[in-house]
Amino acid sequence: MAEAKTVRFVITRQDQPDSAPYTEEFDLPYRPNMNVISALMEIRRNPVTVKGEKTTPIAWDMNCLEEVCGACSMVINGKPRQSCTALVDQLEQPIRLEPMRTFPVVRDLQVDRSRMFDSLKKVKAWIPIDGTYNLGPGPRMPERKRQWAYELSKCMTCGVCLEACPNVNSNSDFIGPAPLSQVRLFNAHPTGAMNKAERLNAIMGDGGLANCGNSQNCVQSCPKGIPLTTSIAALNRDTTLQSFRNFFGSDQV
Amino acid sequence: MAGNREFANRRLHSLLGVIPVGVFLIQHLVVNSYGLRGEDAFNKAAHFMGNLPFRLLLETAIIYLPLLYHAVYGIYIAFTAKNNVGRYGYFRNWMFMLQRVTGIITLIFVVWHLWETRIQAAFGTHVDFQMMENILSNPLMLWFYIIGIVSTTFHFANGLWSFAVSWGITVSPKSQRISTYVTLVIFVALSALGVSTILAFA
Repeated sequence: MAEAKTVRFVITRQDQPDSAPYTEEFDLPYRPNMNVISALMEIRRNPVTVKGEKTTPIAWDMNCLEEVCGACSMVINGKPRQSCTALVDQLEQPIRLEPMRTFPVVRDLQVDRSRMFDSLKKVKAWIPIDGTYNLGPGPRMPERKRQWAYELSKCMTCGVCLEACPNVNSNSDFIGPAPLSQVRLFNAHPTGAMNKAERLNAIMGDGGLANCGNSQNCVQSCPKGIPLTTSIAALNRDTTLQSFRNFFGSDQV
Repeated sequence: MAGNREFANRRLHSLLGVIPVGVFLIQHLVVNSYGLRGEDAFNKAAHFMGNLPFRLLLETAIIYLPLLYHAVYGIYIAFTAKNNVGRYGYFRNWMFMLQRVTGIITLIFVVWHLWETRIQAAFGTHVDFQMMENILSNPLMLWFYIIGIVSTTFHFANGLWSFAVSWGITVSPKSQRISTYVTLVIFVALSALGVSTILAFA
């Protein structure tokens, strides 16, 4: 009988946010339809390295397991992506797992993506409709535009575009592609458009839109296929016009 | 994100690279191509350019100050990037990296070129065909000039592409793709013009 098929994992681990990373290797018995998460669960069940040493289970984030929440992003064989949709059958072996180092590492493969949620607050990525009385129904959105906007709304704040961007790093405070594209989404909404200037002025601040260097890695890497660079270029046009309005004045508030 | 100096700085950086610095580059390469028509034609053209009224004022306002700003802010931009073409070998990411590399090479070349043809001229060296012939008789300098010129024309052509994106002119992927081809043609044409002129001196 042939030897049982195994899958080799090389995992970058880190015990503390400020401790040095190291790698550990694991061999798992192959099962059909394995993905990276099921493999990590298998290691958690029996955390023994290839050297036969018992180790601690690996820490990682996950939630929806169907590539809509963005929590389980990590660098798999050199490319950032979601581990839930990383099928072992489609990956070159050994499978190398690393955390997305653009973000602070909490432990092992777990990172802190708080900066992305802070950015969404900075750019006001919402539609303000709360008030002390009923404002009634808002303006309607054409169906064609709704379908277009739906593509932008697929962003799950997973952090892959920030990881891929050469201008998001410790030397710069660039907010990255994801929150910028959200500005385009909310400015396109008929009610959201009422706060368009506020959002544009927010991304014209330091660390904003102007930091984009057009490497266009983001649009190549986005797991949801969001046209991030088109969003950025469209916002470049909007902010050009907004800066003229700001400087030369406008008859519109 | 309190201030918005960065937005204004980046937009100014992008604009100055095209107008006036890029326009000057084209003018400079075109006037120098008189070298292809022989020593007399070149010397006549150089004499005409060198004796323009308000020359120093024109040079300062159109070349020195915009170029200085573009260079200083450009160094800052180049060194804030953390290049990752190894992991993400996409075409635009290569262009992103090359834009920064050619920017630094161009700066070194331009500083050297200014030293040879402007600062030494201020000390009495005569700027003419003979001077360029002397400089380029050294094969090392010839290669330095060829690399410098190609790096400059690349930086300008690719910078023109990102200027169109940064100012919101080319938004759709299709327009950005076509402007890649257009700027590629500009790069090849300007490189051919510059390198053939240099070889006319050598």
